[in-house]
Amino acid sequence: MLKIKVNDVDIDVEEGLTVLQACEQAGVEIPRFCYHEKLSIAGNCRMCLVEMEKSPKPIASCAMPVAEGMNIKTNTSKVEKARKGVMEFLLANHPLDCPVCDQGGECDLQDQSMYYGIDKSRFKENKRFVPEKYMGPLIKTQMTRCIHCTRCIRFATEVAGVSELGAIGRGEDMQITTYLEKSMQSEMSANVIDLCPVGALTSKPYVFEARPWELKKTETIDVMDAVGSNIRVDTFGWEVKRVLPRINEEINEEWISDKTRYACDGLKFQRIDNPYLKENGKFKKINWNKAYKIIVDKIKNTLPDKIAGFTGDLTNMETMYIVKEFFEKTIKSKNLETRSEDTYVNINNRENYLFNSKINGIENSDLIFLIGSNPRFEATILNSRIRKSFLKNNTKIISMGDVGNLNYPYDIIKNDLNTLDELLNEKSSIFDIFKNSKFPIFLIGQSFFKLKSADFFLNKIKKFLKKNDKINDKWNALNILSNNASTVGGYDLGIMNSDNGRNLILEKLKNNYFNLIILVGQDNLDFKKKNEFIIYIGSHGDKGANCADIVLPGSAYTEQDGYFTNLEGKIQKSFKASYPPGDAKEDWLIINELSELLKRKKLFEDKDKLVGSMINYLKINQKKNNFEQVFNENFTNEKIVVDPLDYYYSNVISRASKTMNECRNEKIKTKSNGTTG
Amino acid sequence: MLEDKDRIFKNLYNDFGSDLNSAKERGDWIDTKNICSKGRDWIINEIKISELRGRGGAGFPTGLKWSFAPKEVGSRPHYLVINADESEPGTCKDRDILRFEPHKLIEGCLIASYAVNAHKCYIYIRGEYFNEGQKLQSAINEAYKSGLIGKNSADTGWDLDIFIHYGAGAYICGEETALLESIEGKKGQPRLKPPFPALVGLYGCPTIINNVETISVVPTILRRGGKWFSSLGRPKNTGSKIYCISGNVNNPCNVEEEMGIPLKVLIDKHAGGVVGGWDNLKAVIPGGSSMPLIPKDICETIKMDFDTLIENKSGLGTAGIVVINKDQDIIKCMARIARFYKHESCGQCTPCREGSGWMWRILERMAKGECSKDEVDMLLDVTKQIEGHTICAFGEGSSWPVQGLIRHFKKDILSRNNFNPLVKKDKNIPYLIDQHLLEK
Repeated sequence: MLKIKVNDVDIDVEEGLTVLQACEQAGVEIPRFCYHEKLSIAGNCRMCLVEMEKSPKPIASCAMPVAEGMNIKTNTSKVEKARKGVMEFLLANHPLDCPVCDQGGECDLQDQSMYYGIDKSRFKENKRFVPEKYMGPLIKTQMTRCIHCTRCIRFATEVAGVSELGAIGRGEDMQITTYLEKSMQSEMSANVIDLCPVGALTSKPYVFEARPWELKKTETIDVMDAVGSNIRVDTFGWEVKRVLPRINEEINEEWISDKTRYACDGLKFQRIDNPYLKENGKFKKINWNKAYKIIVDKIKNTLPDKIAGFTGDLTNMETMYIVKEFFEKTIKSKNLETRSEDTYVNINNRENYLFNSKINGIENSDLIFLIGSNPRFEATILNSRIRKSFLKNNTKIISMGDVGNLNYPYDIIKNDLNTLDELLNEKSSIFDIFKNSKFPIFLIGQSFFKLKSADFFLNKIKKFLKKNDKINDKWNALNILSNNASTVGGYDLGIMNSDNGRNLILEKLKNNYFNLIILVGQDNLDFKKKNEFIIYIGSHGDKGANCADIVLPGSAYTEQDGYFTNLEGKIQKSFKASYPPGDAKEDWLIINELSELLKRKKLFEDKDKLVGSMINYLKINQKKNNFEQVFNENFTNEKIVVDPLDYYYSNVISRASKTMNECRNEKIKTKSNGTTG
Repeated sequence: MLEDKDRIFKNLYNDFGSDLNSAKERGDWIDTKNICSKGRDWIINEIKISELRGRGGAGFPTGLKWSFAPKEVGSRPHYLVINADESEPGTCKDRDILRFEPHKLIEGCLIASYAVNAHKCYIYIRGEYFNEGQKLQSAINEAYKSGLIGKNSADTGWDLDIFIHYGAGAYICGEETALLESIEGKKGQPRLKPPFPALVGLYGCPTIINNVETISVVPTILRRGGKWFSSLGRPKNTGSKIYCISGNVNNPCNVEEEMGIPLKVLIDKHAGGVVGGWDNLKAVIPGGSSMPLIPKDICETIKMDFDTLIENKSGLGTAGIVVINKDQDIIKCMARIARFYKHESCGQCTPCREGSGWMWRILERMAKGECSKDEVDMLLDVTKQIEGHTICAFGEGSSWPVQGLIRHFKKDILSRNNFNPLVKKDKNIPYLIDQHLLEK
């Protein structure tokens, strides 16, 4: 601990902090533009100048490390004059267009000019004009407003790992640009909008939509991938206007992916607002009572064994739980499944399907082994952590097979199971690297679990890791990367029925075994429909609704409270930010009402009872034993091929989103020019 | 006045040839082995005794700088970097050293590298000095061939490789940390200090950066002794220095002279006097364009060394003396200098990026007589807002000449720009703040 003085108050601070951080600990706020906790230090805005004893010049507090006995003064007239001077320079060439600037109301420059600005301008020259730059469909630029803090450049090169953003020219002609005016090829590009302290980079889809003070802010959880990023949903009336990140050091730090941020306009399109019945291949509007009556009749006239249910990739845990109760207690069917593809899972033990090292554990890791996964698209935020780990520890990353650009360098080994087997038998040349690694991560993607021998290898990997002491009290190297927000929650609730871990219900479905199918937000099933009667409950008119005979309007994730368990097993609650459109109801309510009509008794009196029961279930059923461990004795060699994930089109909301569509087109367009590889 | 026997750069005018043999005749490369065998501490101590101050502009004691380098080489190698990015307007001393006395520099590199434990030495030459770089390269080749550098350089047992790196024409790359960035292949923008380059410099390794002239005088100092060097000049401002005299003089020249020589002697004796006679003198910029100018009355008596000039609110800088006589428009001169700084600002930090352009535009208007009274004080205020608030010394370099102008020639400015802000009726000026008030 170092003893320093800030404004004549003695404080003890840790070694290695900057003066700015020390001042914050002392409760003194220091204005800044270029400094950002998560980025490297640039020290170029000069707004954070403070006076230090024995220094003739004021020092930039963001860049100066604290030293024993420093005497810092932040409230002298010299400091104030320096800051006012810097502010005057910043405003000299900054346009006076706050009334038409989207950043207005949440602009650092605007806020700080209230404290340090001079009431009238002494700058009589013509203001500088900077041409606008094209940075893709997400980022709107107005570079005249730029104050050259270089936060965006540092974010792009350090966190996102793309070198497309940079500064050209020098002096007052310096310009921030993507060198060839092409869009930023990063799934995290839009974070530069949050980072920009002024209105130079603003959100293109949100342009002139609303002012920040008009918006209702709801702190909630993202469902676009299994990471469970913490977000804030801003709504204006019914409409979700934008999604912003919330700080959660354990999960998403300060960033969110572009899909999380911009798929929200998909909540406005393709919505199901009324119950529909398909007659002669055409959907007809009906009312809820009629819809319920048809469904009740159908259920009553079908054998329970011939009824199957599927929950979707964005379904919250309450809904999954009530559907499970509905199937078990009301219609007494066992055919309920949460997976949409034939993947292997062993839910006897939670570690079999969790990201056990935790997301912030990646930062400590010294070796990451990717098996059948492309984390860049499957979990963008998690991928940025891997990059951070690579930059921090020079972490070695090995992938089975070439999975494309991940924004950090990695070694490629052959992507067949023989290679993996060799390693697990400790015969491979890379075994020594594993042996010497203290905190390795075996990152296993969903593509791996599609293999026929997935069970054999999961078991073998576990044995291998245990034998080499990579799974112990402090560290668990087994990490499964789930793709969807509801995957882990579904496993926790035991939404599956299988005696060998494979998706047997899907197999039966493909064989057209069932007569009645209930899809709760499930849009990713791939099967040929014959004579089944399909009930779809969900928010968007997509694949599921298209093949349904009766469609009931449900709610999206911003329109109902709900729990989600992220890939590391952390349960988080998302909150209702707006209302479902038209006659749509919350998903759990639809099931509850159906149950009441079938059995004359509600499953749960209200939502609190449902949540209480669900939490109770989760507590009791930490270990499930619905099937014995059956493992293949041997394996056949297969290639581990990572399924290409259509990043911008991965779920119903993003498929309905105009912005995501634009991003996807942009990506295809950029790829086809042959220079990006 | 410097006597011929005390002259260090005997071939400053290329009277004797710059090749290795001619250099050896002048005394270079004699007993280099002997000097190095006396050890690092002796070398650094001798430089400290000589009170040699850096010739690049800031005047930092060289011996002290060298002693900042870690004593033992750790996991990272040490580097010596020679700053030959001589871009200061009015300065051309390094150029003549590179052309005519390259072996003094190369020998200095060897000794300095030995003193700071460096096996690699980079010489960063400004891109415009292409021919000078070629001359130096051929001298380096000569030295390699004769075994003076390379493996076991000059039998000292020290391995040294010298590389030339050409700049791409940016003034700011003469700032030592920007120079390092440029060598590393990045955009030439100054780094934040601390950490200082002596600990974290080129490629993150300990690096000592010196000016060409500083390094070139080192062999002679060590040969003749630090005491000899410190006997020239006056305490703390010792030795001899190459002065570059240009501007309105009859005979612009580079000349090696003792520190503390009176400016008037320098101009009259060496440069053939001011054009139009001494009385025609308006002002002198004593240390390259970034130093404040001094008016004629100070020029009469001033002695040219670091501390005297600082007492007179100017600086020796690189000793590039620019003489301005009464035929010149002094405001226009300063506007031109301000334009240079506006063009060369790297754009990294705010005060310099925004301020240098602002100053230039005001000065241009002032030169035309389109400024109002109050803007003179405002301009001074702007320079004060830049000075000391920037990452590197460019802020001072760009604002000091303007401050010097206002300090000494405020009357001249006011006589040309003597009207109130609201003057549209008198003069057609597009730059009015309160133009809307005129409509009433």
